[in-house]
Amino acid sequence: MHKLLTDAPGKKLLLLGNEAIARGALEAGIGCASTYPGTPSSELSLALFEVSRETDLYFEYSVNEKVAMEMAASSANCGVRSMAIMKHVGVNVAADALMTLAYVGVKAGMVVMTADDPFMFSSQNEQDNRYYAKMAKLPMLEPSTLEEAREMTRAAFDLSEELGEPVILRTTTRINHSTAAVSLGEIKQPETKGDFTKNPFWFVTVPAVSRKLHTRLLERWKKAEALAEKSSYNRVSGAGEFGVITSGVSACYVNDAVADLSARDRVSILRLGFTNPPPKKAIAAFLAGKKKILVVEEGEPFLEETVKVAAQEAGIEISIAGKGEGLFSREGELDPAQVRRVLASRFGLPDLAVQKIDLKNVPEIPARPPNLCAGCPHRATFYEIYRALGDREAVFPTDIGCYTLGLLPPLSSADFLLCMGSSVGTAGGFAQFTDKKVVAFIGDSTFFHAGIPGIVNALFNNHDFTLVILDNATTAMTGHQPHPGVDMEALGHPGYNRVHIEDVIRGLGVKKIVVTDPYKVRKSIEAMKEAIDYKGLSVIISRRECPLFSRMLKRKSGHPFVVTDKCQNHRVCVDRLACPAMFVENGRVRINGTMCTGCAVCAQVCPENAILPLKEEPVAKTVAEPEKDAF
Amino acid sequence: MKAVRLVMVAVGGQGNLLAAHVLGQAALESSVPVHMSEIHGMAQRGGVVESAMVFGEAESPIISDGCADVLLGFEPAETLRALNRANPATTVITSTSPLPPFTAALGKGKYPEMGTILSLLKEKTARVIPLDAAALARRAGNPLAANMVLLGALCRTELVPVTKEAVLAAMETHTKKSFLPANREAFSLGFEAAA
Repeated sequence: MHKLLTDAPGKKLLLLGNEAIARGALEAGIGCASTYPGTPSSELSLALFEVSRETDLYFEYSVNEKVAMEMAASSANCGVRSMAIMKHVGVNVAADALMTLAYVGVKAGMVVMTADDPFMFSSQNEQDNRYYAKMAKLPMLEPSTLEEAREMTRAAFDLSEELGEPVILRTTTRINHSTAAVSLGEIKQPETKGDFTKNPFWFVTVPAVSRKLHTRLLERWKKAEALAEKSSYNRVSGAGEFGVITSGVSACYVNDAVADLSARDRVSILRLGFTNPPPKKAIAAFLAGKKKILVVEEGEPFLEETVKVAAQEAGIEISIAGKGEGLFSREGELDPAQVRRVLASRFGLPDLAVQKIDLKNVPEIPARPPNLCAGCPHRATFYEIYRALGDREAVFPTDIGCYTLGLLPPLSSADFLLCMGSSVGTAGGFAQFTDKKVVAFIGDSTFFHAGIPGIVNALFNNHDFTLVILDNATTAMTGHQPHPGVDMEALGHPGYNRVHIEDVIRGLGVKKIVVTDPYKVRKSIEAMKEAIDYKGLSVIISRRECPLFSRMLKRKSGHPFVVTDKCQNHRVCVDRLACPAMFVENGRVRINGTMCTGCAVCAQVCPENAILPLKEEPVAKTVAEPEKDAF
Repeated sequence: MKAVRLVMVAVGGQGNLLAAHVLGQAALESSVPVHMSEIHGMAQRGGVVESAMVFGEAESPIISDGCADVLLGFEPAETLRALNRANPATTVITSTSPLPPFTAALGKGKYPEMGTILSLLKEKTARVIPLDAAALARRAGNPLAANMVLLGALCRTELVPVTKEAVLAAMETHTKKSFLPANREAFSLGFEAAA
């Protein structure tokens, strides 16, 4: 049985934040979970996927976040509690659905889980999704601890039903990826079938209907405001003339800071958990009589702006600060010592001395940037594209996935990136507005997610570029989740259909399609040349399963290779491929036999054929064993 | 209970997340409050994996620079790189088995000498416990058990408010059965080595 199904109310389990949220959803009787994987929310989806295999919960990896949002919206409108799960930028994809869903509302509880990523540990921007709640006029809850993450998730469904609106549950990386003891509540058996009662004059958003719906949304906003004012998630602790207003994980840093400074009788803290609509009366009541206010939040001055509005409306004159010089930055994460320092300086309290180490004589340590794995087929594809291009200079629009790591030399195969699917859309522009050859790269999962409209656009508008679809048979970057092109039957998951990439692009009308195996270097280069020379849109499908995924599925791996004495030290292998299994020792290239997957790409690149398979049983793999993965 | 802060650094695949999980489980079973956080977005791609564990009375799941009471390094150069997390009173436990990054293999940067690493660590912190975790893991019968060697060494210092028995009990229930004998042996070799 999955540990999240443990039926022992009151028992404490050590859970990851994402698991605590999943448990909260199960305690709310969630019947439908839909998602597109994205760090830092991926383990939440994985947990519910695993649970769905043991229960009646309907779970799907949707093709993208917009569809996930739409699935959850219709589920909730049939009376089945639902959750749409995505990372912060995923909400951009789903925003079109979300904005109007706020008008249409829901029947059963629906939670939109957005996981923000301050500092961009694994994201392309650090946008602050709290503004989505404001823009959509939707209620928003923000947990500060994991215990609260479970409890708030459960309560979010009730709140959603009370208001008839989806509730935004907003977290940041340090909630999703923290671990702590979480006490369990009671699991609720889900409703997994409901019914849809037709009422087109409330559900079909033509202008006349939407005008009515907007009025209703504003009424619900007022009701939500009243609920926020009395919410137990907005609470005051401590006492004193100085006031701190905070939310999310920052509240933990504030509590620790005030305790460390022994200032519990000088500083009172308003912790907001129900942050939209803002409880302006509660905020004004907190401000009254205080000397100075510090707003502690990551990202944008979302709360700070609210507090300033609340003060103005209540006619309270008080110094309110949060972001700015000597205070907090809009960039990155906060940390406990930083919060303590700013809090102490703002309120004129003596800070604790932190003894730092002088690092001046520490030598520079070679960087350890993330790299494509040993045997990664993307590395071979990038090498082959360069060989196929010859001395032609090309622009490489890229996309979101492991292959983005191709930006580093010597692969140098990424020149421009905005978002999921942007490789295809921007390729058209680079082809139109430069005289350079354009070769765009997109992964298989990203192709399904947001690549297809760009291809249709390129065909219709007759753009001239080559699109390389890197098909490694999985969504590798986020932990090997499936996508519509995956053979689910073979992975032991019956009941799915498979959508073949070739069928899609052929059906769209792409005339030039070549399929290559990146492990076959010469053949791939020849085929790629043909596609590159083609005038118009050509597509190369470079297909080879992700070796990490293969290993996880316990497929047989190849023999490791060795560099033999024939080596003349040209170093084409290390200099052009930079495979992490290769290293230079005493001026000679060597291969780490436990990392080598036997892909044989280096052997084909070597001018002397000096790299040969080791004639022994493959050794046990000891590196990069995945610890958290989907299958 | 005064907060004790432990930072663990490793290279993807060295098993520090499992080590953190075992230690966290031991804390839970011992009713010691624990908050942990980890950054492992690109861990599978050879990057650095860092875990922070805060035991005792604190709410924050992360540890600011200079605030680690114990720094546990699974790879010597990574231990040195994480020195900004330590302060002059910190105890450092580090494996001495290097895993040079591929950038060094490509000639971009030089992997520091082991002697330099250890003398720098000793110069700047209160106590350094170096041990060849990879060799001890091999001796225990499983090269993947270096994480358990390091847990053993950590327990020996008695700096973290979790007993050896609690960690061994958590290992029992939270690591693979087939690896258990080697894991136990690895833990005890690490425990001995940290004397």
